[in-house]
Amino acid sequence: MKSESLLIRVGLVIYLVLFFTYLLGPLFLMSITAFNSASFPQVTPWEVLSFEWFSVLFNDQRIISGITNSLIVGFFTVILSVTIGLAGALMLTQIWPKIRATFYTIIIAPILIPGVVLGISTLVFWDRVNVMLGFSNDSFLHNGILLTVLGQSTFIASYCMLVFVARLQRYDVGLTEAALDLGATHVQAFRKIQLPFLAPAMGSAAVLAFLASFENYNTTTFTFQKYPTLTIELAQKVRYGINPSIAALAFIIVCLTIFFALLHEVKNRRAQLAIANGAPIGAVSNGFTMPKFFTGNPAAVSLAVFVVAVVATIGISRVYDPEPAKAVLLKEKRAEQALRIEALQNRMREKRLKKLYKGPDIFGSGNSKVPQAPSKIGAGGVFNPSNLDSASPAKPETPQSPGKGTFGNVFDPGNLNNDN
Amino acid sequence: MSSGVGVDLENMWIKFGDFVAVRDANVNIKGGDFFSFLGPSGCGKTTILRAVSGFLDPSEGNILIGGKNMVGKGPNERPTALIFQNLALFPLMKVWENITFSMEVRGAGRAERQKRADELLEMIALPDQCDKLPSELSGGQKQRVAIARALCAQPDVLLLDEPLSALDLKLRQHMRTELREIQQRVGITFIYITHDQGEALTMSDSVAVMREGTIDQIAKGKSIYDDPSTAFVASFVGENNVFRGKVNSITNGHAIISTNRSGELRARVSSAASGTLKVGDDSMMFIRPEALNIAEKNSDTHNNIVAKVRHSEFEGQSYNVFLEGSEGKEMKMALINRGEARLYDPGVELVLEYDANQAVALPAGELASE
Repeated sequence: MKSESLLIRVGLVIYLVLFFTYLLGPLFLMSITAFNSASFPQVTPWEVLSFEWFSVLFNDQRIISGITNSLIVGFFTVILSVTIGLAGALMLTQIWPKIRATFYTIIIAPILIPGVVLGISTLVFWDRVNVMLGFSNDSFLHNGILLTVLGQSTFIASYCMLVFVARLQRYDVGLTEAALDLGATHVQAFRKIQLPFLAPAMGSAAVLAFLASFENYNTTTFTFQKYPTLTIELAQKVRYGINPSIAALAFIIVCLTIFFALLHEVKNRRAQLAIANGAPIGAVSNGFTMPKFFTGNPAAVSLAVFVVAVVATIGISRVYDPEPAKAVLLKEKRAEQALRIEALQNRMREKRLKKLYKGPDIFGSGNSKVPQAPSKIGAGGVFNPSNLDSASPAKPETPQSPGKGTFGNVFDPGNLNNDN
Repeated sequence: MSSGVGVDLENMWIKFGDFVAVRDANVNIKGGDFFSFLGPSGCGKTTILRAVSGFLDPSEGNILIGGKNMVGKGPNERPTALIFQNLALFPLMKVWENITFSMEVRGAGRAERQKRADELLEMIALPDQCDKLPSELSGGQKQRVAIARALCAQPDVLLLDEPLSALDLKLRQHMRTELREIQQRVGITFIYITHDQGEALTMSDSVAVMREGTIDQIAKGKSIYDDPSTAFVASFVGENNVFRGKVNSITNGHAIISTNRSGELRARVSSAASGTLKVGDDSMMFIRPEALNIAEKNSDTHNNIVAKVRHSEFEGQSYNVFLEGSEGKEMKMALINRGEARLYDPGVELVLEYDANQAVALPAGELASE
């Protein structure tokens, strides 16, 4: 019995390790690459601990403007999507039960439609509208920010609506009726009773909408025009080759995510703890007592550790200077390279000498300017198969072979011309 | 006390598609009265309440409050306040904000509202609770806050939709008296909805008994109990032994009914049926358990029934004796506990007698299903 339960436990641990490795492993590796000075994102070979990619990132004007555009688009998408989503969800509760299912299907359809299709249709639709209204080609309807917000909101609004529907299902219509009965107008009943009830859902919907907008690529790629967002910029960078500054950006995003997740968890735990202890809810939301903050709250402890770690990292990056280490590395590299070159030269010299000794010694060993000449003139060694062997180290291999070797010449720039 | 505002329903019908929820209701509620609608669930009493408070309009007929027709006016334009079955306290507002919500929507200032809240909390005996949330109150406290919130709107008519049904028995009995006291203090018209006849009879000035959308009887509690106008009212309000049969003869407001299984019995004809109940009609006769008694001897008159004891139980203030008459006719008798032992062994044969004035003869009709 006991060994069996132990087996199950070990199995469970292995499973969990595998599971989290699969989930978080890539993020972890990528975060490490941000601190390697190598100019391609890599963990091995590890060169030198370096924070240079963060400064590269903060000095990259395209990334910065991409982030700015993403934030602007995200802000307006949140406003538009939350509004439309709330309206849709309220409509769903008011509409006749008979057509409710149909309405629901129609309103969540944008989630099921591929983002690419939404992007193209957004572009085409607003262009048509622009033409119909008789505006010029550079009117506000061709503004990348506006189009991106409109395009993203078409499906993000549906996500928001789902959040609101879930919350509204727990709403007691009797509360609105009670407010009306006490003399409130419909607007007052909505604003003072129903809207406060929906406030938490509005918060979640806004976060959801912002994240969905920030990470969107499919729809945005058709609509961004002159205002590339962060995802667009990253995709374009990847096309021209990447450096670890992208890993640095990803690392910052991962850190922010962990921070807010822990913060949220801390708040939740605190509320639960207080309720379990029988404290009134009012006392939970206010009052920040430091010693109690940590009692029985692992999330709070991890949050504190995390913050300390981040502060320490930043502190080290201020003080730590990778340049000496880099210089050492460079020296080592150079030395190694020099050694290699020397070794190569030695090898070649030896071979040349061997050949000279092999051939008939007509002109003497002193004449080594044209190594092949003696054999040609002498015993007519042109057809000697060993000639090819001797030439190969100096001569590069056939030019086609590297491309063909791995990908069958797919990336050969000449291919396109050949097709034509 | 009669200064309150009256409510009149005139030929009111409420239909949902083909379904008739309320059928031709005619009710005159006097100002300052405590008026109850009593009926089983699904009989349309809540629908009437929602029509009076303005959440739905009648399909036909009028609703007058203080003589003014209210049809077409929304709930926020009527001088009524409704106390919901689940109370519907605003969960995110503190007690004092809940109570003074009606002032807030009229634009009253914070100081004024807090002063009024304190007054009302004093009245419902809940001082110092004004900063709590509804979720932090007990059931009875929530109940009182809901009442205070409704009264704060200074309505002419207070409507209550089974407000006590969620409370436990002791609290319910306590709240009955309290509600009645509050009503007498503020002097406004109360319209009360309940399926609990105890609540209706103890608190009300008048009771309307409803059956499937129809109002069967409107009268004072005592008349409802002693002089029911239909077989449904007789069987729904309180307990009753039913004897089916045909009318044999009628003299001086008393009928002799030849019952199916218990022979010929005498009963007073209900005032609602006098004139309509004819000799030879199908009839039902009702005798309350407490109207039955044990006779000294079988004098062979029309108010004696012979029955065997099936079992009996002690209930504190009374003994309940369950009997079986001829051909298995079931009856129940309630004997007041006067200190003597009155538990009977099963199988003992008893002769029962009753005062014919306490038995009621009615035309045969639908009974309330248990």
